[in-house]
Amino acid sequence: MYKKIALVLFFISSVASAQEIIKGIVVDEKKQPLLGANIIWQKSTSGTTSDEKGNFSIEKPAEFSILEISYEGFETQKIEVTSTESLTIILKEVNNLKEVTISKTKRSTEHSLYKVTNVQTMGQKELLKAACCNLSESFSTNPSIDVNFSDAVTGNKQIKMLGLTSPYILIAEENIPSVRGASQAYGLSFVPGTWVESIQITKGAGSVINGYESISGQINYEVLKPVNDIPFFLNVYGSQDSRYELNTHFNHKYSDKLSATLFLHGNTRQSRNDMNDDGFLDNPIGKQVNILNRWQYNDTEKGWVSFLNLRYMNDEKQAGEVGFNPDMDKLTTNAWGSEVNTEKIEISNKTGYVFPEMPYQSFGFQNSFQSHKQESYFGLNQYNIHQTSFYSNLLFNSIISNTKNKFTTGINFAYDKYDEVVNVNFNQDFSRIDNSVGAFFEYTFDNLNNFSLVAGARADYHNRLGTFVTPRLHIRYNPWEQAVIRASIGRGKRAANIFAENQQLFASSRDFSILNSDGKLYGLNPEIAWNYGLSFIQKFKLLGMSSEVILDYYVTDFQNQAVVDIDANAQQVLFYNLDGKSFANSFQAEFSIELIKHLNFKTAYKYYDVQTQFSTGQLQKALQAKHRFFGNLSFETHIKDKGQQWKFDFTYNWLGEQRLPNTSMNPTAYQLADYAPAFAVMNTQITRTFSSTFEMYIGGENIGNYKQNNGIVQNENPFGSYFDSSMIYGPTFGAMYYAGLRFKIK
Amino acid sequence: MKNIVIAILVAFFSISTVAQEKKSKNKKAEIKVAGNCEMCEKRIEKAAFSVKGVKSADWHADHQDIHLIIDENKCSVEDVAKAIAKVGHDTEIVKAKDEDYEKLHGCCNYERL
Repeated sequence: MYKKIALVLFFISSVASAQEIIKGIVVDEKKQPLLGANIIWQKSTSGTTSDEKGNFSIEKPAEFSILEISYEGFETQKIEVTSTESLTIILKEVNNLKEVTISKTKRSTEHSLYKVTNVQTMGQKELLKAACCNLSESFSTNPSIDVNFSDAVTGNKQIKMLGLTSPYILIAEENIPSVRGASQAYGLSFVPGTWVESIQITKGAGSVINGYESISGQINYEVLKPVNDIPFFLNVYGSQDSRYELNTHFNHKYSDKLSATLFLHGNTRQSRNDMNDDGFLDNPIGKQVNILNRWQYNDTEKGWVSFLNLRYMNDEKQAGEVGFNPDMDKLTTNAWGSEVNTEKIEISNKTGYVFPEMPYQSFGFQNSFQSHKQESYFGLNQYNIHQTSFYSNLLFNSIISNTKNKFTTGINFAYDKYDEVVNVNFNQDFSRIDNSVGAFFEYTFDNLNNFSLVAGARADYHNRLGTFVTPRLHIRYNPWEQAVIRASIGRGKRAANIFAENQQLFASSRDFSILNSDGKLYGLNPEIAWNYGLSFIQKFKLLGMSSEVILDYYVTDFQNQAVVDIDANAQQVLFYNLDGKSFANSFQAEFSIELIKHLNFKTAYKYYDVQTQFSTGQLQKALQAKHRFFGNLSFETHIKDKGQQWKFDFTYNWLGEQRLPNTSMNPTAYQLADYAPAFAVMNTQITRTFSSTFEMYIGGENIGNYKQNNGIVQNENPFGSYFDSSMIYGPTFGAMYYAGLRFKIK
Repeated sequence: MKNIVIAILVAFFSISTVAQEKKSKNKKAEIKVAGNCEMCEKRIEKAAFSVKGVKSADWHADHQDIHLIIDENKCSVEDVAKAIAKVGHDTEIVKAKDEDYEKLHGCCNYERL
């Protein structure tokens, strides 16, 4: 009885699966704390280790209840977790050393063998490998996500999954879609990395619960929860390219039910760098203020949990020629410059209720209001967009006859008002209002052994996309021990915000034109694609070392696409409906191994075949390497008594040649090669933890100092007709070093 | 004063529940079930789920018990115990037949209750 109540505390974010935090201490028979004891959920791969005081805390997934606590030289203990009460675990020393248990430290990125979808979770350990600075940069140590090099003017880093850019990925904050519409281009850089607790990356179609828009995958990030946050956190960062970041978190627990965290973030870059001597800033200068106040209410006994987020963000960026002065030169031909100012306001709430008598039955209600306002100009081009949105999702989880058959159903509503004005070679107001209402049903079957499936469908009515059905299916099968095969198929449909998603093209002299006029979105039709995926994971011991092989193959097949054509003519950008084939095939082979205790090696090869039918023919996607190679080596020393530790991390990325957009019609001086050369980028980081409350880190990005020198075409005359800063295939800054510190009060 | 009110309320509710004696659709029960390993767990839970009306069944090796949520209109705890005994596992209510116990895999030969 009381055990089930313990399950009550849950987060709607992880729909249908209750989560709570179990805390405890591991000691030996003399009550001495044991450091580094392994605590894992029986039959799962999720676990943690105790700290120097023997303390640990671990998230409790609903499906597991037995904790296994192991420590070298001690008897492994199993304990059933029946409440959220803090546990004291006393381990007995074994005299017979034959019984020594092999301990395993948690990997920084976990690939689940039991979840139906191809999902991987990046924990804090992984996120700390990239010390800087925001969500878009968090993926540099993860082979499934490719981080593009920032385009020369805006300094923005776009991410790609399965060879498709971020508009095709559903990016959600705790399952509320967050980076979409107007915020598509810069949205990820508006989420400071220190706020993030974990990131879940789902390859392939994903769930229908959060909408119909995802095509290549879903990225969900969880923000730190006030109920288990520490009272104070400080992070200071500075880099050689004069970027400074400051993060502070203040947490207060008002009662055992109510807690709140105030997150403050500021960043700035003031000095003007031009390392490749092209007369343009390598990175934009600017500043950002970002504030989040998060409240959490938990009533474990009654089964209620609720979150309220209040957020304000203001970001200013200036880019362009080194000597550009906005006060004098804005929108003139004195000097080429650009400013992008963004203001974001967000209020969101979610509330969950678990029936105390029926832990498998729950309600969730999510509401979010967002205002995203961007005012910008790029040379003489002007672009302003203000998106006001409201999103609401009501969901209900329960079972059909027993817990082998679960379902989630619900309805959601979305409203998006866009005020959008594009002033380029034409001046046009594209303002519009989109709204949609939909209902979904998702069924999960688990035979409690080696097979499970998730079959979902949703029906939506959208004033521009019409009435349509989105089916998605995921299957998981464990053919033998430590192995899993997954298959998925699903449909996605979305409204392409062609200007917001491609705004790096404003930083060129290209003329814009939309060739269709009968569609409801900028004259174009909605994008529709099917995604098919197959994945295989095998975990095994190689000469006694725990290893893992992952093979992924995904196909995205577009039925319609808003094609962005910069190949037809180097002085033009054409938008038109797809007429022919467009697809993205991707294959990834990943291998990871724990060479010796605390020394992990991960390597991946990635192959992308991304093609679209353009007006000039079927072409490989520009600025997309067909072959990529990834390697990551990380080492950490054993944690000492007071928490002292060294961590070393090294990442190697090799990119094969990338097709460059066609410039053959330009005068010879302004022509680029057909293909960009292959090159490699190396990043490294060293972290020194002095105690459990204080650590420092230094690191370097692109330490091989690779530079793309011809990043801007006709940089000497940016108002000439060949100027183009969007042809970025590699880093423009060269090697960059940084340092920072983290301080905690526990 | 407050205590008296509560006492009256409690008395009132306990009377009304006795009066109703309604069968619960979500009856929780825990019974002892003997077993050893993961194979046992799968077998025990599968047997429990084979009984119509069992909504949730969780067997715990360390506590040697199963946590059930059942619809009392459709089955009873005894029905579940019988089904579990039938696949060879002793429960506090019904013991398994020796022949069923013998059929178990070697690693599943638990100490009998």
